[in-house]
Amino acid sequence: RSSDAGPAKFKPPSKPVIVDKQRQTAERRFLSPEFIPPRGRTNPLKFSVERKDMIQRRKVLSIPEFYVGHILAVTTADPYANGKTSRFVGICIRRGGKGLGATFVLRNVIEDQGVEICFELYNPRIQEIQVLKLEKRLDDNLMYLRDALPEYSTFDVNMKPQSYLDHEEVPVNKLQVRMKPKPWSKRWERPNYNIKGIKFELPEEKMKEAQKWSKPWLEFDMLREYDTSKIEEKIWKEVNEELKK
Amino acid sequence: SVTGACSAIQKMTRVRVVDNSALGNTPYHRPPKCIHVYNKSGVGKVGDTILLAIKGEKKKALIVGQKMPGPTMTPKFDSNNVVLIEDNGNPTGTRIKTPIPYLLRQKESKFSKVLAIARNFV
Repeated sequence: RSSDAGPAKFKPPSKPVIVDKQRQTAERRFLSPEFIPPRGRTNPLKFSVERKDMIQRRKVLSIPEFYVGHILAVTTADPYANGKTSRFVGICIRRGGKGLGATFVLRNVIEDQGVEICFELYNPRIQEIQVLKLEKRLDDNLMYLRDALPEYSTFDVNMKPQSYLDHEEVPVNKLQVRMKPKPWSKRWERPNYNIKGIKFELPEEKMKEAQKWSKPWLEFDMLREYDTSKIEEKIWKEVNEELKK
Repeated sequence: SVTGACSAIQKMTRVRVVDNSALGNTPYHRPPKCIHVYNKSGVGKVGDTILLAIKGEKKKALIVGQKMPGPTMTPKFDSNNVVLIEDNGNPTGTRIKTPIPYLLRQKESKFSKVLAIARNFV
């Protein structure tokens, strides 16, 4: 009589995989770059004392996580403004300075006039920092926006803050910016600036000539190496513990 | 002695007139240039009066924006902006569209009329 090739082996149903989204949020770590002490022979006591002050200030004013390329709205206390507060909206071009003197430059074009303001993160005059749009760009330094067409630096002053989820990665905008005709304030085509966010419409000979100034040995230079991963971990733990108190 | 780098607005800097006066907006084959800064040092910052040479005439003006970066938390503009002014401090034009820094309100007594015609503040 017809029979199957033995009884079929019992296959248990596959177990459901539970993805706990709340646990994944803790995995994304962001340490503001001004916490990382620069390489040098200064006494680490100075940095730890500065960090205490920075954390004190952060408890009062919530400084959000932001990178170069984000669009921020900053309200500062101004004795000469009506209503005593002034609000500025702009794209972050650059973040500089370490410790309490950390600064960031916001740029915007208002009424065909480009305006840049360098704000200090820990200045007591700052009352609120709001992130309007989350967007990383291809470069760390967007100073070339000064030589780009003004449309790339114009942002609506009454822009509404974009809502974003906490655990998602920061989106990278791979925009290639078009420039005004040369001369520029700096020769952005040269490899020492390492800019990837410009659409160079220069002839090929100029691009090849610019490559003459490339220094391919720089990335292998061991004396310039500064590994901050361990320092970052320590500071991250310290900052988080203090902030939770 | 060697003088350091002299920036902001000084003699022979080309400026951009920002109000809607006739002198500032009619085209001329030479750009308006600064010929004197009313200051102890010859360098003019925001809020200083300067003497301009426009269309073959001498005219006083007030600096409202400079390309050189100033103290932190103050705005830095992409062009050296200037507002034409009479000898008594009255502005020549009737409207200023470009943004003006709030700093100028410090000298409210001297420039109240200029601040009154300004539209945007930064």
